[in-house]
Amino acid sequence: MMRVAKIAAIGAAAVFAALFVGWWQVDGPGADSAPGKRSLPLTAMEFSLTDQDGRDVGPETLIGEPSLVFFGFTYCPDVCPTTLSDISGWLDEIGPDAEDLNTVFITVDPDRDTVETMAEYVSYFHPQIQGWTGLPDQIAAIADGFRATYEKVEGENGEYTMNHTAGVFLFDATGRFVTTIDYHEPREFAVPKIRRAMQNRTERAES
Amino acid sequence: MFKTFAKAIQSLSVALLMGLPMASSAQQLSENASIVVESPWARASLGMSRPGGAYLTVRNEGSDQISLIGLRAEISGMASIHETRTNSDGVSSMAPADDIVIPPGGMFALEPGGYHAMLMQLQSPLVEGETFPLTLLFSDGTELEITVPVLGIGARGPEG
Repeated sequence: MMRVAKIAAIGAAAVFAALFVGWWQVDGPGADSAPGKRSLPLTAMEFSLTDQDGRDVGPETLIGEPSLVFFGFTYCPDVCPTTLSDISGWLDEIGPDAEDLNTVFITVDPDRDTVETMAEYVSYFHPQIQGWTGLPDQIAAIADGFRATYEKVEGENGEYTMNHTAGVFLFDATGRFVTTIDYHEPREFAVPKIRRAMQNRTERAES
Repeated sequence: MFKTFAKAIQSLSVALLMGLPMASSAQQLSENASIVVESPWARASLGMSRPGGAYLTVRNEGSDQISLIGLRAEISGMASIHETRTNSDGVSSMAPADDIVIPPGGMFALEPGGYHAMLMQLQSPLVEGETFPLTLLFSDGTELEITVPVLGIGARGPEG
């Protein structure tokens, strides 16, 4: 009886150790999302948007391959082109392995960012980067699922800008949220994080 | 005939390759040579409806503190320095920057993700490969005109 309890205790300890390692890697020190603000899994999201070629896209477009998603807008002079340039650099660095990585730029400014605008804008970056737009309520739905926020800020002369979550979201091939790459994070952390999101798929495929 | 043409193209490309980085890293001095501007560059714009962004580094080689208080550019109906801030929730926002104080011997960089020259109401598009004049306004009355090369939309720094 004692023996059984001991084995159970060791087993439980092993499970906790495994959970701890998982937590350390995903949510532990260095993880970027505050508790309660974690993105939902893509499988729990519902949204319907349009890609730069006019095709309907939704969560199902992303599930099946690992994904890298960034919110922004094309009237953004600094953060958005910088991040898209960074993403282009990461894709180049990863090379052919990154070909199956869904890489999507989603506008938070659908009033100005039409399908045509998104098509032109993404054409200046890595060819793998997709540009999605859609109806305001659908943009709100995807941002809510990602726990991303955005806000219109009125400026002078009727001009406006958008405040928005600037981190890059990573999901594995099953649609599970893996981590984010923060805007000010050193570049050398980014590629290992992307590889980790991609690796989850490899492990699953092999097991 | 073809060979000559090819050679001309080749030497032109070399000239372009060599010329671009030189233009972007050239130091541009103020009259009293105490303010040095280095590595200016701007991103190409998509037409004229979106604000353009430009970056540069200012060094104060004089013995007095100076403040960068504003910008002027013919290409922009409203040029100003903006600061990008990212809060603890990862939400990024932009706001006009306060005066930028540079102590003697100090430097200040406008670079992606921090401060940038915000070129609103573009009067003509920023075209990759072209340049435009930008005037930096300082607290001591110094107005320093520099030449800013326009790089691609996907550029990450003065080297492209």
